[in-house]
Amino acid sequence: MAASSMGLCTVVCNINRKITTRYPRIFSLNTCHHVCRKSFGSSTQRCHSQAQIRKKSVPQQLVGVVGLEVHAQIHSNTKLFSGSQVRFSAPPNSLVSFFDASLPGALPVLNRRCVEAAVMTGLALECTINRKSLFDRKHYFYADLPAGYQITQQRLPIAVDGRLRYSHLAGRKQNQVVTKSVRIKQIQLEQDSGKSLHDDSRSQTLIDLNRAGVGLMELVMEPDLCCGEEAAAAVRELQLILQTLGTCQGNMAEGQLRVDANVSVHRPGEPLGVRTEVKNINSARFLARAIDYEIQRQMEVIGSGGTVLNETRAFDYKSGQTFPMRDKEGLQDYRFMPEPNLPPLLLYDSETAPPPQGVDPQQVVLIDAVRKTIPELPAVRRERLVDTFGLLPEHSFTLVNEDGLMDYFVGVASQTRAEPKKVIGWVIKDVLGLLKQQGLNVSQSPVSPRRLAQLLDLLEDGRVSSSAAKLVFLELWKGTGRSPAQIVEEQGLGMMDDSAEIRRICQSVIDSHPEEVRAIRTGNKKVLNKLVGLVQKETKGRADPVRVRAILEEGTS
Amino acid sequence: MASFTLRNLFSRLRNPRPLHRCGVYRSAREDRLSSKQTLTWCRWSHETTSIPHEKQNSHFHNSKVPQTPTWEPVSEDHLPPPTQVPLDLVDKLERLALVDFRNQDAVACLEKAIRFADQLHVVNTEGVEPMDSVLEDRALYLRDDCVVEGGCAEELLQLSKNTVEEYFVAPPGNIPLPQRDERTAMLKDSELKLKF
Repeated sequence: MAASSMGLCTVVCNINRKITTRYPRIFSLNTCHHVCRKSFGSSTQRCHSQAQIRKKSVPQQLVGVVGLEVHAQIHSNTKLFSGSQVRFSAPPNSLVSFFDASLPGALPVLNRRCVEAAVMTGLALECTINRKSLFDRKHYFYADLPAGYQITQQRLPIAVDGRLRYSHLAGRKQNQVVTKSVRIKQIQLEQDSGKSLHDDSRSQTLIDLNRAGVGLMELVMEPDLCCGEEAAAAVRELQLILQTLGTCQGNMAEGQLRVDANVSVHRPGEPLGVRTEVKNINSARFLARAIDYEIQRQMEVIGSGGTVLNETRAFDYKSGQTFPMRDKEGLQDYRFMPEPNLPPLLLYDSETAPPPQGVDPQQVVLIDAVRKTIPELPAVRRERLVDTFGLLPEHSFTLVNEDGLMDYFVGVASQTRAEPKKVIGWVIKDVLGLLKQQGLNVSQSPVSPRRLAQLLDLLEDGRVSSSAAKLVFLELWKGTGRSPAQIVEEQGLGMMDDSAEIRRICQSVIDSHPEEVRAIRTGNKKVLNKLVGLVQKETKGRADPVRVRAILEEGTS
Repeated sequence: MASFTLRNLFSRLRNPRPLHRCGVYRSAREDRLSSKQTLTWCRWSHETTSIPHEKQNSHFHNSKVPQTPTWEPVSEDHLPPPTQVPLDLVDKLERLALVDFRNQDAVACLEKAIRFADQLHVVNTEGVEPMDSVLEDRALYLRDDCVVEGGCAEELLQLSKNTVEEYFVAPPGNIPLPQRDERTAMLKDSELKLKF
């Protein structure tokens, strides 16, 4: 499946244009999915809202069943079976060896790094690592697969029977952490294909073999997911795990992580329905949208008495819809056969299955040695954040899921006297908020953890009010290199200590708002807040609100 | 079945004798010559006598392939019923391979080829583990992850009939295979057809 989809990535845009004219009926499908997609935007309780839509549109309680096939490009210097470099966006065909171009007589030589990466990934996903695994040839014809077959692991893959535990936020306020898991059937090592650029006007295809032969880990998951949100959460967690392990860089936009979704619907308890395969999904968000669209489409097909066809569909992110990609003409025959040029891959374990004596250690991959090099996984990190800093689980999610944000938070928390619970608000609301708004990474933040820590110290010591601190923060964001203390000094944002001055401002507010004062005196204490606000406006938020409130209460009683 | 090399098959057909292991037929002649193994057949040497290293690299090439072909007919009643190739399968094969069986003679030829392969069924594989390749007992060599190849685009592109800038040029791919009538027209003008 893998490779056939890859070459297609570039062609999708072209197809889309044609599809609009050829398949106009798809676009007038039932309106239900619009509702569904809207609720997705806010990502609030999507599964729930979808269930409600289901009840309305199809009375028989159909549910979606989703299984994923993920292709993760192994982060290595060289390709799986050749010594040519792995690099994105290099000049075309510059990273191609004779083997990658499948010149006659060129033979595969397995890259140890790729084996170790697959073993490490398998262990991190609780897989059983097969001490012996085999390579097979999978035949299909496409111009970006010059050999006419892909070397993969069909019969006996390197890892089997794993589990990916993932969590997503649920509940009305998105503050409940729901932990689920999806079974991993197998992880297999295989070759990536080259890339095809389709030149429709000249009716030709340009072939770049730079990607041909790059190592892939294909992760096949069992159909344990029920909706787009779950699939997106599982893929996001997998992405984090792979990035943490360093076995895959996980950039979906660059095709380092590619997801195909097998989607079907059925009534619980009954056998699974006919599935479609949705390809060409290049972000977690589109994955969720494509799956939800496809579930909804299939429910409507069945609801209106039709049958779902077993077909490959592509997702058009612009319209948010899936459309049929091509006819499969019966089951494709891949003519799997053992790869005759590669003996079985044997792995060892220094305790339970030591390598035979006299074998070059460079030629041996020890499962237990790989296990020892596995770094702290995201789930453990989140737990540690909750335990160490007393954070809420949902905050630990934000910190771990955003690349570099956890280190940023720990950096601030370790340099300030402020409570971690106060720090987290600033890091998530202010820092991350502004970063997102401006489309920046955490590493590009103009405010360093040290500066934020200094600002929080000023706040903690009562030298600035919280509203003044926000102003200082915005000033820091401009990146002028001045310290928070300097900014407070220069802009006169320090807390007002002058009692007489505060009293004078309070009095002038009281004097100029007789209506409000009368309301307070007749018992409407809420109006007091308005006066506090007016005083703060006057003082640019530099007065201690508790003190202001006390003075105003006194003045209006 | 894929595990059997033709050589093994021919040996078995010629003179059915117990298999040594994995379908490797061990003749008296081979035993006699075991001290002149080539590297390809090192596995054999593990099981017989150990051979001094120099001798392994001996210039004497001991091919396991019989020098002259031998043949012995297999009687029809040993074979499974002959395969009939239905028209829709012929059509599928034609479309996949872009070949033209066209007439009944060609289909008969295809059926004859299948009949020839049917003789493989006669080979006794009872209790024999299928063998992937003659290398299956060898250790799989693992390479260091160092860049040592590539940077030969010019050399590779020279091999291509048609290039644009640094790309190979191929016909547009993944278009549906042509329908029967279109295909006939295509094959009529095809250079390929002239070769067949």
